Amino acid sequence: MRTTRRRRLRVEPLVLLGPGLAYLLVFLVVPLGLVLSYTVFQRGRFGGIVYEATAENFTRVADPLYLDVLLHSVKIAGITTLLALALGYPTAYVIAKLPAKWKTLALIAVVLPFWTNFLIRTYAWIVLLNSQGVVNSALGDLGLIDEPLQLLYTDGAIVIGLLYAYLPLMVLPLYSAIERLDPQLGEASANLGAGPVRTFLSVTLPLTLPGVLTGCVFVFVPSLGNFVIPELLGGGHSVMVGNLVRDQFLKARDWPFGSVLALTLIAVLVLLLMAQAWAARRFSGEGDRA
Amino acid sequence: MRSRWAFAPFWLTYLFLYAPIAVLVVMSFNAADTPYTWGGFSTHWYGELASDTKIREGLVNTLIVATGSTVLATVLGTLLAVGMARYTRSKVLGALATLPAILPDLVLAIGLLAFYSAIQATLGLHSVLAAHTVFGMAFVATVVRTRLTHADLSLEEASRDLGAGAFTTFVRITLPGLMPGIVAGALLAFTLSIDEFVIAFFTAGPKDPTLPIVIYSMVRFGVTPEINALATVLLAVSFTAVILVQRVTRLTDSLR
Repeated sequence: MRTTRRRRLRVEPLVLLGPGLAYLLVFLVVPLGLVLSYTVFQRGRFGGIVYEATAENFTRVADPLYLDVLLHSVKIAGITTLLALALGYPTAYVIAKLPAKWKTLALIAVVLPFWTNFLIRTYAWIVLLNSQGVVNSALGDLGLIDEPLQLLYTDGAIVIGLLYAYLPLMVLPLYSAIERLDPQLGEASANLGAGPVRTFLSVTLPLTLPGVLTGCVFVFVPSLGNFVIPELLGGGHSVMVGNLVRDQFLKARDWPFGSVLALTLIAVLVLLLMAQAWAARRFSGEGDRA
Repeated sequence: MRSRWAFAPFWLTYLFLYAPIAVLVVMSFNAADTPYTWGGFSTHWYGELASDTKIREGLVNTLIVATGSTVLATVLGTLLAVGMARYTRSKVLGALATLPAILPDLVLAIGLLAFYSAIQATLGLHSVLAAHTVFGMAFVATVVRTRLTHADLSLEEASRDLGAGAFTTFVRITLPGLMPGIVAGALLAFTLSIDEFVIAFFTAGPKDPTLPIVIYSMVRFGVTPEINALATVLLAVSFTAVILVQRVTRLTDSLR
């Protein structure tokens, strides 16, 4: 009896943990390790990797050509994130104050579009923003414009596409942060003579800051790495870092340089997650799990 | 604060989210050749869609990948979640198990492409299936783990005390208790796989594109109401799936 029990103790963890961890090792750790190692090697003349160490891939990122793309991507992803916050915060606030029955419905309605194909959602904006599209014909019918506006293939179109794709990811963490707020805090602040603006700035906002940061990470990170929306709505005029990575891997076949560019995406992700973890500790005394 | 204007962003959000979808659906019943101007009601484009072999092949490929990766991800993810809850509190392992869910898809995509090329694997449906299993497993493990934190361990102990072996206890006590979480995780993995484009784009062979890859080349090529018809069908399927997941999770909440 005793021996079987002891043997079971050793076999069970292996059966339960083994397959999953082995799979993660082969299909996650090794691939990421490969990409990481490629950053210090040279590209072969016909693609592929030459295993000779070099720092050239890193110095190339500092080239104004690529630096511009990086900064431009950060700018577009940043504007998208700010717009998502401006639209998402009041929306999440209203949802959190709704009666329970409507709350669930409102939340499902925010998430629903997120579960439809992402390419289809982007396609919808091609149809809407095209020079013959719904937006232009509506503006024309209203007599606001004589000539169709160039809406598609602009940075604005990219921002709208990204906002449309990732807005639900902003609303959900904000909702859970606002929902947890004690309404008595707001009342106390008002009783002590603070106006609504003061109450918001010194009570509501600091307490929901971890949720704000989670939402910003959820929107900023995928926006920065996206290559489909810039290609379809930006029309190839304005390249983002995601397009660069894609092109280095599938067209130029310069995998070492593509890996360095991808590394910048990971670095941004890590930095933002660290900032978010710090804020969660600093402002709520517990981790924010949205 | 209590003024009517406080609700403006709330309504604006829903208008922003649903107006494009409404336009897509309405224009799918358009008789005209473009989704820009209304030419009368017609289901013509649904007929075009039904006879489009590329889309049908893409759909079949997508269903193969989604089904296969969901089965794999559900088995691996569930075992992993139970194993981690029982045997380890390692934060590194916990982070590793959720990493595929938060990693930018492009990074996972190039990693897997580099890996497949390093082991000189031929690309095809199997390579997409294996790739989708990675993130599917992360989502299944996460969902099952949240259920495990509420799990009642006394039932498992009772089962063992009454003489049931580890396997019997796992199949007859542990799994049924976790089933709602497993089903929700599996549905999540399935939906995500069906919609996934970036990783499939990097790891699919040129001969068997999944449906999102077919859609991508259609959208790049130009705008046709056939895509609207396809969009409407996919929307209907996705919406049904989400409502299904919602029902399953709400059912389990009410049982608790």
